[in-house]
Amino acid sequence: MKTINYLVILAVLTLMLVACSGGGAKSTELNLYGWSEYVPQALLDGFTQETGIKVNYDTYSSNEELLAKLQAGASGYDVIIPSDYTVAILIKQGLLEEIDLKQIPNFENVVAELKDPYFDPGNKYSVPYQWGTVGLVVDTDKVSRPITKWADLWDPAFKGRVVLLDDEREVLGMVLLTLGYDKNSTDPAQLEEAKAKMLELMPSVRLFDSDSPKTALLSGEVWLGHTWNGEAAIAHSENPAIDYICPEEGCGIWYDNLAVPKGAPHKDAALAFLNYVLKPEASLLITKEFPYSTPNQAALDLLKTQDPAAYEAYMGYAATNPPLDAIQNGKPVLDVGEATTLWDRIWTEVKGGE
Amino acid sequence: MSEKKAAPWLRIYAVLAYAYIYLPILILIVFSFNSQKLNVRWEGFTLRWYGELLRDQEVLLAARNSIVVAVVSTLVATVIGTMAALALQRYRFPGYTLAESTLYIPVIIPEVVMGIALLAFFAQAGFQLGLGTISLAHIAFNIPFVTLVVRARLHGFDKAIEEAAMDLGANEITTFRRVTLPTILPGVMAGALLAFTLSLDDYVITYFTAGPGSTTLPLRVFSMVRFAVTPEVNALSTLWVLTIFILLGIGQLAQRRQARTF
Amino acid sequence: MASNRSKSFTKSLRENPKLQGLALISPTMLYLLVFMLVPLLLVVILSFLSRGPYGNVVYALNLQNYVRLGDSLYLRILWYSLATATLTTLASLLIGYPLAYYIARAPAKQRSFLLFLILVPFWTNFIIRIYAWIMILRTEGLLNTTLLNLGLIKAPLDILYTPMAVFIGMVYEFLPFMVLPLFTSLEKIEFIQLEAAADLGAQPWRAFLRVTLPLSVPGMIAGSILVFIPAMGMFVVPDLMGGAKTVLVGNLIRNQFLTARDWPFGAAASMVLLIGTLIVTLLYARRAGLGEEVLV
Repeated sequence: MKTINYLVILAVLTLMLVACSGGGAKSTELNLYGWSEYVPQALLDGFTQETGIKVNYDTYSSNEELLAKLQAGASGYDVIIPSDYTVAILIKQGLLEEIDLKQIPNFENVVAELKDPYFDPGNKYSVPYQWGTVGLVVDTDKVSRPITKWADLWDPAFKGRVVLLDDEREVLGMVLLTLGYDKNSTDPAQLEEAKAKMLELMPSVRLFDSDSPKTALLSGEVWLGHTWNGEAAIAHSENPAIDYICPEEGCGIWYDNLAVPKGAPHKDAALAFLNYVLKPEASLLITKEFPYSTPNQAALDLLKTQDPAAYEAYMGYAATNPPLDAIQNGKPVLDVGEATTLWDRIWTEVKGGE
Repeated sequence: MSEKKAAPWLRIYAVLAYAYIYLPILILIVFSFNSQKLNVRWEGFTLRWYGELLRDQEVLLAARNSIVVAVVSTLVATVIGTMAALALQRYRFPGYTLAESTLYIPVIIPEVVMGIALLAFFAQAGFQLGLGTISLAHIAFNIPFVTLVVRARLHGFDKAIEEAAMDLGANEITTFRRVTLPTILPGVMAGALLAFTLSLDDYVITYFTAGPGSTTLPLRVFSMVRFAVTPEVNALSTLWVLTIFILLGIGQLAQRRQARTF
Repeated sequence: MASNRSKSFTKSLRENPKLQGLALISPTMLYLLVFMLVPLLLVVILSFLSRGPYGNVVYALNLQNYVRLGDSLYLRILWYSLATATLTTLASLLIGYPLAYYIARAPAKQRSFLLFLILVPFWTNFIIRIYAWIMILRTEGLLNTTLLNLGLIKAPLDILYTPMAVFIGMVYEFLPFMVLPLFTSLEKIEFIQLEAAADLGAQPWRAFLRVTLPLSVPGMIAGSILVFIPAMGMFVVPDLMGGAKTVLVGNLIRNQFLTARDWPFGAAASMVLLIGTLIVTLLYARRAGLGEEVLV
């Protein structure tokens, strides 16, 4: 009965796969779950060299995907890299482990302003990883007039030449700012106004893209748009005509953090990792590879002594080091709780076309 | 089968159709040699991405994972799916409509929903997330595709030959092996091919049912692509396609050798 | 004795077609019962619950989600998805049929190779293929540059991020799903007989319309189902090639599970999609005779 043999082999194979996947219960491993292209390999290698702990680096592509997976009950991850409002939501849902800052001495290196954030008072659950802004990006070869405000996007001359992030909170939030309202408004009337204003902008929008808006800029498909500071920095290094501006109404501001999900199998390794990342040398690796802003003061001091030119470049460029008033005027995304469904509906109406 | 050649317009059409199918592949092969990392414009020719690819442990691991999952899920789904096709095309039994409807569900259900539902189920049932859970999920959505394709093949199958074989003394199993199976084999192979393809390329369901360290190729590529469709990513696809063609070529040669020895 | 019992079991199996049918379908049913129906049950229950303030789930049964779905906004989204899926199915049928026919009539040795040839591109990654299309169709992409250089057009064609691009991408992605089932159907047809008929004076087109086409209907049905159903839920191609400017059913459901964190509403929308498509599919398949041949 040859067929039976094959079936048995298959069954055994399948069972083996199921069983095999249950590995990783040794304390010499760390399961890191983060954004893709966000943690330099050199950092992971350095960590392994210093502690002997091997790092498995799995990735997700949005805070929402991370949330959905954790909410549905996924476990096995030791360190995650959630953004500000995601940390807040995870805390409210009880999905994070408390971290003992005494075991993370390098926390001292963090810039004072970024300690004790609004989304995680006392840093009970998270430490900062990188931060940045969301602003306007312009190809100055194609756009001659000065661009200083979000409202400039509505100029009819830019018909079909604008890229926006595919992010309802950032986009609708930006529209609310142009109307003089709060970026995180939950007022239905204000949101209706924002919807109307957004619909006016739609003919100018060539595409929505949260993954890689720089591609459309560099390929000439769009002339200006709405993007993360890191994307703008990369585009700028390819094409110096591409500029990044923090608009008058207030650029967006975000903070990414390291956190430990509840039930992490290697909690000790997780804390060791958090501590390692806050070393100035490690932080510097991150900023060099991914041009967002670093929360690590010690890293900046190190850069100043190691490579003054790079330090000047970092401090002098708006994309990596926003001016103080931009930071103070920065508008983060806050969790709007029950109004989330209202926001989603407005966004659906905008894209669904009225 | 007919030995006449196809009409000229049909041949031209086929060439155009294949061109349509292969045009993006050509682009991605060409752009695997682009020296610009962001891969937006052609800058210059270089082979360095292939080197980087072969040193990229994560990608190689993901590729291995993808193949394992695809092979296992295809094998299981093909066997089970063919049996189901036979059942649905030839028999009436209590629960027929329920069976048919159940088979369509994995095809209809949105991937996000299936992914999250399976994840919640695995979490509740205490399964460890990993290659095993991914395979289990892939088998679930592969079975209906195999069944549907094989059913189309079975339609109109003349049972007289089978009955003749049995009258001549062959039992069910032999009849199946030597009469039925060869006839439906193209359908079974087509179904298996489809299942393999689906499994290799799945992102959403795999994302939710994957665990630490069980990244598959689509997951890895998707995350690499967030930065840009770098030449390294294209190099991966190029090598993939090349490998398949080499294997196919070997398969064809082997077939011809076999034919000649007869 | 064990062998006696097994002998009488196989005997009853042999004599009872109903048992045979059940035996063949049981592995599938058992598997799908555990890994499909049980998770599906979770979704059904979820659709009758509500969203809590933090996006968690509140365990209080109600029909609110279904009532909400009756709103014209969601009906419009459903309609748009339906239109897109239907167009894609028709186009892939028209484009895929001659191709399947060509392969079915090719010499036997070539056939599997030709089939493989269609599938191999689809073993590259989905996202990469779409990005390759973006490179071809964009303003300074391959298509426009070639046409401009050849002097066939004066200004670049605006294809990318329009419905046309979405159409090209959708048909591209679903073509194998149509061609494969069509092929298995067409391959069975005895073309020699058709040619004999033609030699005897019957026009080839009539032979096609009256013999080939009807015989290939099961393949057409299977292919249509395999294209239409996934196309209803497809949103990645419209997002990447259309600029993410539309909301299809797939986007709507995905948003509920991700950004809106309103899983109950997403579950309800999924159930509506599921049941609606299921009914349509079953009716379609039955009418076209896919389930007709049964051993009584």
